[in-house]
Amino acid sequence: MDNKNKTINSDDLLNQSPSKLDNTKTVGDIHVKDPRIIAKNINVYYGKKIAINNVSIDIGKNEVLAMIGPSGCGKSTFLRCFNRMNDTIESCKVEGELYLDKENILDKKTNVVPLRAKVGMVFQKPNPFPKSVYDNVAYGPKIHGMAKNKIELDEIVIKSLEKAGLYEEVKDRLDTPGTSLSGGQQQRLCIARTIAVNPEVILMDEPCSALDPIATARIEELIYELKENFTIVIVTHAMQQAARVSQRTAYFHLGNLIEVGPTDKIFTKPQHKLTESYITGRFG
Amino acid sequence: MNNLKLRLAKEKRFQLYGILSITLALTLLSVLFISIFSQGYTAFQETKIQLNINFEQNILDPKKTRDWDVIKKSNFNILIRNSLQELFPDVSDRNEKRKLKKIISTSGEYQLRNYIRNNIESIGTSKKIWLLADDDVDMLIKGHINRILPEEERRIDNTELAWIEILETKKLIKKFFNKTFFTSGDSAESEQSGILGALIGSLFAIGITLIISFPIGIATAIYLEEFAPKNNKFIDFVEVNINNLAAVPSIIFGLLGLAIFLNFFEMPRSAPLVGGMVLSLMTLPTIIISSRVSIKAVPPSIKEGALGVGASEIQAVFHHVVPVAVPGMLTGTIIGMARALGESAPLLVIGMVAFIVDIPQSVTDPATALPIQIYLWADTPERGFAERTSAAIIVLLIFLILMNSLAVYLRQRFEKDIN
Repeated sequence: MDNKNKTINSDDLLNQSPSKLDNTKTVGDIHVKDPRIIAKNINVYYGKKIAINNVSIDIGKNEVLAMIGPSGCGKSTFLRCFNRMNDTIESCKVEGELYLDKENILDKKTNVVPLRAKVGMVFQKPNPFPKSVYDNVAYGPKIHGMAKNKIELDEIVIKSLEKAGLYEEVKDRLDTPGTSLSGGQQQRLCIARTIAVNPEVILMDEPCSALDPIATARIEELIYELKENFTIVIVTHAMQQAARVSQRTAYFHLGNLIEVGPTDKIFTKPQHKLTESYITGRFG
Repeated sequence: MNNLKLRLAKEKRFQLYGILSITLALTLLSVLFISIFSQGYTAFQETKIQLNINFEQNILDPKKTRDWDVIKKSNFNILIRNSLQELFPDVSDRNEKRKLKKIISTSGEYQLRNYIRNNIESIGTSKKIWLLADDDVDMLIKGHINRILPEEERRIDNTELAWIEILETKKLIKKFFNKTFFTSGDSAESEQSGILGALIGSLFAIGITLIISFPIGIATAIYLEEFAPKNNKFIDFVEVNINNLAAVPSIIFGLLGLAIFLNFFEMPRSAPLVGGMVLSLMTLPTIIISSRVSIKAVPPSIKEGALGVGASEIQAVFHHVVPVAVPGMLTGTIIGMARALGESAPLLVIGMVAFIVDIPQSVTDPATALPIQIYLWADTPERGFAERTSAAIIVLLIFLILMNSLAVYLRQRFEKDIN
């Protein structure tokens, strides 16, 4: 069991033929110098079906980690462990240890409310609340009691919208419904909503998959700016996107973490056969 | 390409069937409406006869006490008789005189008593007062009795007809808007009967139904849909039984009410309180089912979004899911209420079918309901009640249409708020 998690570094790999590589072993360095999140031996089951198989990985401070892989490889499921969103799925069971600031967030005793304030999430499809633009952003700070009065709340809302690069576009219509904005604006509104509660980590689950290239470019720019203040984990289908926004990339295949490494290395010199096949477009 | 032609023909045929069935439904509906309105519209008028009443001092208040307790005991019928005598001086026979008095409704004396009560200074003067005519006269004036028919086939004989015709030439008989119909309860005399008692009874019952079934129904729906453990045998059992309850015939709920509310808890008979409780048993499944459907229709992404920014389960449901589901919940509730308003079987069983003249003042007073009043009047042979039956149906239909329009309006308004 133990050698399953043993890291195989590139030197070892050179001495091995690719066919000998085991899918359950992760290639590359899963550890970082200054980890923000440490995931250890995470297993996720849907009923009896295993969706994530013994995955361990560190996520560094102010780093953008991209998780790529073919559909159904479990990258979204893994992402949803970081803020315990999997709790909402009845049949889903998560095992292992997941540390955020020394606290095991998978512990049953961990309260998900403060956790989700610390670990924000942006979903695949823009899902603004059917309320005004202002209320969308103000909702989080309101329920967490982050503003003492209306003036403070206004300030948080405006700052968040500015950080999400949306303020200029919506400043005259803060009271119009969030759902009336365009798709790209809606997604940036969701990002503003997430950063309004001042999280440490932002999880993004294919945030651009429902957007056109121009809106996508704006979000990618935004991710680049946000990395100054937040740790970002992004799941994406678009490899170019992963290459553009992330520093590290993790490749998943059928519930296994196949390879982790600096993004440029993964895309130029993948070490695992599966990774190579995927990024060269042989499947996915 | 042959295939394409066939497909197009099929499409056309299907559309045709649709249009045909809608036309059929609309035709039947309009036949129903036309027949009810054509029979019922005359009930919105009542016939009155103007008499010159001499409020004689020595009949009403011989000792000039001006005390209402003394005055109210005097015989107001004499005033009517005297006035009719004045109008028709030729009538001298005792029987004829009695017959003459009968063209005025028996409510005439109460009408005069009420007038004096409000205008006590009128004693000693004479006033022209419109008194309610008897129902047979009313029917004749409205044309429901054919004057050309031979005397023995008519409810009004020749002498009475002659008097009425004299009144007509003197313009002392006239049709007015039927205020009585909207301001009184049931009565054995059709011209004195009204819908108000039944209407208030219905509104009380519906009010109780709403108070009981709306909160319970909505709470149940929210719990079952959002909080109840999934794949739990007990919850499944509850769900199946809610669906079963929706299919139970309403009379069974009435019998349940009779056995439990009346016989076991000894609650008042014929009371809208019990009626409302029984109706809420019947309405609950409707509200629960439609509310669950509308909660289910809320995109789960909205709830996920709320959970994602750190809302607790309860906050996510009540801040985001419920507001979106409200229009559907309201629609379901109002449709349930409309069904309850038109329901009669369970109310029959708990005794809301009694002949009740007084207008109920509270939910524990004996009362009838609109559909029951319709049933009672439809069962009465007099022509006057026949038109009142139709009129009561019109009132009931108007209330149903109002409620359904309210449902549509609320749905549209809330949907506008959301989008």
